[in-house]
Amino acid sequence: MSVLLKRRCWAVTLLSLALLSAGCATGPNANPKDPLEPMNRGIYSFNDTLDEKFLKPVSITYKEHTPKLVQTGVRNFFRNLADMLSVLNNGLQLKGRETAESLIRVTVNSFIGIYGIFDVATEIGLERHSEDFGQTLGYWGVPDGPYLVLPLFGPSSVRDSSVLPLEYVYDPTSVYHLVYVRSTLLAARVVDKRAGLLQTTDLLSDAAIDKYSFARDSYLQFRRNQVFDGNPPDDDQLEDPSAEISQPADIYVPSAKHATLALKIN
Amino acid sequence: MSSFLSRRTFSTLSLSIVGALSLCARTYAADEAADAFVNRISTDILDAIRADKSIGNGDISKIVILVDKRVMPNVNFLRMTASAVGPGWRKATPEQQKRLQEEFKILLVRTYSGALGQVSDQTISVKPLRAAADDKEVLVRTEVRGKGDPIQLDYRVEKTTDGSWKVYNMNVMGIWLVENYKTQFAQEINAKGVDGLIASLADRNKTNAKASK
Repeated sequence: MSVLLKRRCWAVTLLSLALLSAGCATGPNANPKDPLEPMNRGIYSFNDTLDEKFLKPVSITYKEHTPKLVQTGVRNFFRNLADMLSVLNNGLQLKGRETAESLIRVTVNSFIGIYGIFDVATEIGLERHSEDFGQTLGYWGVPDGPYLVLPLFGPSSVRDSSVLPLEYVYDPTSVYHLVYVRSTLLAARVVDKRAGLLQTTDLLSDAAIDKYSFARDSYLQFRRNQVFDGNPPDDDQLEDPSAEISQPADIYVPSAKHATLALKIN
Repeated sequence: MSSFLSRRTFSTLSLSIVGALSLCARTYAADEAADAFVNRISTDILDAIRADKSIGNGDISKIVILVDKRVMPNVNFLRMTASAVGPGWRKATPEQQKRLQEEFKILLVRTYSGALGQVSDQTISVKPLRAAADDKEVLVRTEVRGKGDPIQLDYRVEKTTDGSWKVYNMNVMGIWLVENYKTQFAQEINAKGVDGLIASLADRNKTNAKASK
């Protein structure tokens, strides 16, 4: 690790510690999954403004004025880079078949698909097994910890943002040493990602009463589902308040969590 | 001969065949397995969407009819709304509970109608069930397959007293619908009471309706 990178890591750590201590939520309404809610909401609205003013318009222009074929090529290129990290992370999770399949995917797409521009592997029935460093930590039992909204990066958790330095070091685009190449790639990657999320964010602003909560709860559920490869343990059953309407009000249960707890104890 | 095969006779004949078939379907439904139920209704809904071009073009009135006719009879929407509202549900009056269900339904129909417009050549594959035969509440996992990556779509279904199944929660890519609304609804109720939540839902729906025009 270079000295510069080491210094950067320290700066990030110190900065996050400072922010953490500044933004702790207290009081009866604090969400146990989101103790840093006041700070997170601040960063969320900063990100949201930046997105509305800059990134979203750019992405819409990109989506509307670039040939579909180019967009697919760009998207496939970055997906192929992500697949490279999936090979590594499937390996770290000792998933033999998935590691092999991801490796074949990357090989097929990088060579036959010309730097991943054509997703030949999907055409021949090789499915993606997306894994990243955050999921690998989760797989080995590291809890996601408090929810965290990162400036520019958006929704994350303490666990998922702890691996950002790793993602930086293992970033496949780091093979390109020229700064302008890397910057162009970074910009293209961000715009491609945002363009891909346009429908989702439109749905979010239509469906949400509180966008911040909706985004947080979606993120946490989505990541948990990813860690368990779409098969999370089925332990989060909700109570059904409609079933007990006829009962007297004095046995009213304060919250779903307590209700499940009470059931478990009984 | 020509009178025998007249349009009218023919349509009566085909109607009675359809009637007989649907009767079979109904008796079959009584002891239908949960996965078969999910498979049947999702295929039914996909076919209905494909059959009507205006749904694909986002015609809200058509989508509402589709939802009322084919989706709602298979959903326990009372339970869905109640568990999203959480403990506050029992403090709500019957009238408030009715309003909550109405507004929540409009919100979901409007927001997800866009997704229905995306339906083209997708198929649903139901994954093997991990439940005992006498389970009253079952998790059914499915996958929407089409172009691109498969999309995970899971349902929680319950057995009603008449033996049929009803959906009471669903998830897209691991994000459960009820859980996702629970915190937001509780937040509104804590701050502004049940009427406050109803007002916020109605507001959201009004804004959405304006935006889609």
